[in-house]
Amino acid sequence: MFFFYTVVLPPVLLDSTVNVKHLFIVLIGCILKVQPPKPLAKDRKEWADLEPVPQDDGPNPVVKIAYSEKFSDVYDYFRALLKNDERSDRAFALTAEAIELNAANYTVWHYRRVLLQALSKDLREEMRYITAIIEEQPKNYQVWHHRRMVVEWLNDPSEELEFIADILSQDAKNYHAWQHRQWVIQEYKLWDNELKFVENLLEDDVRNNSAWNQRHFVISHTTGFSDPAIVEREIQYCLSQIRKAPHNESAWNYLKGMLQDRGLSSPPGLLERVLELKETHCSPYLLAFLFDCYEDALENSNQKENVGEEERKDILRKALEICDLLANEKDTIRKEYWLFLGRSLENKSGSRGPSDKPPEPSDPASGQQEMS
Amino acid sequence: MWQRDGGQLFKKNFFFSFCVKRAVLRCLFVHFLLHSSYQLFVINPSFLCFRPALLREQHYQYLKKGLRHLSDAYECLDASRPWLCFWILHSLELLEEPIPTAVASDVCQFLARCQSPTGGFAGGPGQHAHLAPTYAAVNALCIIGTEEAYNVINREKLLDFLWSVKQPDGSFVMHVGGEVDVRSAYCAASVASLTNILTPKLFEDTTNWILSCQNWEGGLSGVPGLEAHGGYTFCGTAALVILGKEHMLDLKALLRWVVSRQMRFEGGFQGRCNKLVDGCYSFWQAGLLPLLHRALFKEGESELSRQRWMFEQQALQEYILLCCQNPAGGLLDKPGKSRDFYHTCYCLSGLSIAQHFGNMDLHHEMILGKEENRLVRSLSPLLLGSWRIIRMYFLVPVLENEKKN
Repeated sequence: MFFFYTVVLPPVLLDSTVNVKHLFIVLIGCILKVQPPKPLAKDRKEWADLEPVPQDDGPNPVVKIAYSEKFSDVYDYFRALLKNDERSDRAFALTAEAIELNAANYTVWHYRRVLLQALSKDLREEMRYITAIIEEQPKNYQVWHHRRMVVEWLNDPSEELEFIADILSQDAKNYHAWQHRQWVIQEYKLWDNELKFVENLLEDDVRNNSAWNQRHFVISHTTGFSDPAIVEREIQYCLSQIRKAPHNESAWNYLKGMLQDRGLSSPPGLLERVLELKETHCSPYLLAFLFDCYEDALENSNQKENVGEEERKDILRKALEICDLLANEKDTIRKEYWLFLGRSLENKSGSRGPSDKPPEPSDPASGQQEMS
Repeated sequence: MWQRDGGQLFKKNFFFSFCVKRAVLRCLFVHFLLHSSYQLFVINPSFLCFRPALLREQHYQYLKKGLRHLSDAYECLDASRPWLCFWILHSLELLEEPIPTAVASDVCQFLARCQSPTGGFAGGPGQHAHLAPTYAAVNALCIIGTEEAYNVINREKLLDFLWSVKQPDGSFVMHVGGEVDVRSAYCAASVASLTNILTPKLFEDTTNWILSCQNWEGGLSGVPGLEAHGGYTFCGTAALVILGKEHMLDLKALLRWVVSRQMRFEGGFQGRCNKLVDGCYSFWQAGLLPLLHRALFKEGESELSRQRWMFEQQALQEYILLCCQNPAGGLLDKPGKSRDFYHTCYCLSGLSIAQHFGNMDLHHEMILGKEENRLVRSLSPLLLGSWRIIRMYFLVPVLENEKKN
């Protein structure tokens, strides 16, 4: 504040273009910025008895980081504490400073946990602390692991679902958040409202693949996918989302993922429903799904007696047609893959399609090739 | 905006109004649309002439400097310094830039200071051992490849460390008192095989644990139940390759998942379905294709191409060269992001994979742009070819003590 009155204010007052609003802004700025910074540990009385330990990078360091004075100071004292295995409140307070400077330092987090137990610290307070840290740095491994440990110690998951929902509201695909959520739900059996939660997220963004994954997670751990009524409900759900957003790969992947173990041709009428969609809501994903249906039908026809040779040939022809269409027109970025699938299917099925010779396995270019 | 954006419809409508050549389209789409910037035309003239250039000299200077000094912006990686060594050394290796003997020796001595007395390597001197910096340190030392480098590693203690992080269910925690995910299995398998301390007992049940990470999407997740993700998929698959168990995966489902991760407009790869492209996935995702090619071949697949990987190699090279280079050196996630050594390493690794098809016997090259863009064929971090050479240094078996059995 002294700084403000003697250095900042006089020139400001002398400037006739300045008005009260300007002065107010300057005042706030000074209060926020010109507070004396917290003194370094080495200048604080409470650390006087401890000899700081500088980092041993050796005489010719590599990947040498130009640490700020603050950083070096805090970590020099942290190293000293670690060396002595000091278990004290000042050590605990220093871990917070060290974490603020580098929240990815897992050694500091580990030490903080040792201290939490050794000093019987208030774990509710620690929950408040870790909540604030995660809000600031939600993409860090250590903070989420630390939270998990505290929740385990407290044996209290009651805040978790709401907290994670809040983090997901800021980034609906945060992998750590979903990992923590799945752990909490599984550990404490909190399945009841999760499907509803997933559906709300999919309402917000039907392309949120994390939410589709969570859907699969919830159902496979509760009702499972064996019940035909559940399967039918999920098929309906997928198809209705596909009608709203035809180029949503997640919905198609979910449909296939759910059915692949039992066979894509197993739900009655599915192929027909997809063929219907092809007219108005076509996409490379729909075509790929059709291919998978045909491939599945061919595989199953090996076991079934009632599928005639003609029908098999027809299914194979349709499958290969889709491969060609995808490779050459609809999904050319995956051309090599679709060509491979086509060759592989032909080879497995033993017979060639009636029309053409087998496609060449890509351009016969050998050696170096300069692409323009 | 990159992180929060979920809808693709807006981007696609805007996109269709451009009618330009694909390579230009690619960078325009990504750069102009979201950043309204013309910097790339002004600063990188090679962009206009469709013979994109890898800015070798600039990258080399960036890497050379970083190997010695890093700004305080790197304080956040103070617990990952072996990673910095690995990313930089691997990048230099790909660029075929030799590492001066003195520097190599300094790296060895630094990594020796990062080694924990109880085994394994830590993120920095005095820190606790952790599987990720252990992986980075061991692989960095293998890149240096001198006797001094190999001698840094205390193999007996390393084995002790791996046992100390092994879990009853087959998984590994990343460090004592730390979290579990599939990266740990890869880090453990990689260092164990490179230093020849791998035993079946150490990886008992690990195969089944990794397999349980393959999900309904076909890819692998960090832990069972989560979304399939490029980084974790690479780690799980590569770990299984090292353990000789990759055939136990549903290879067809995995193949379908990974090829679907290549973005049809951008040419690069996304990490997860319906997320954005990122240069680092040029390695984590595209790097799966050589692994799968080999795995399918071993399973008797006869229709595999003899010339190309099953992804669009040219498109990936375009994305990396046109969209992921910082004109001042270093590579990055996508236009508008800042450069860093992690992205430099993995963009270059991906570029190498996209340029070179083949194995020991067969080799086809496809170099986009100038001849000088050619990178060394990426052998590390699996170091498939160099395995035999490296393991010669680690012939002495490490005996497991009774406690572990």
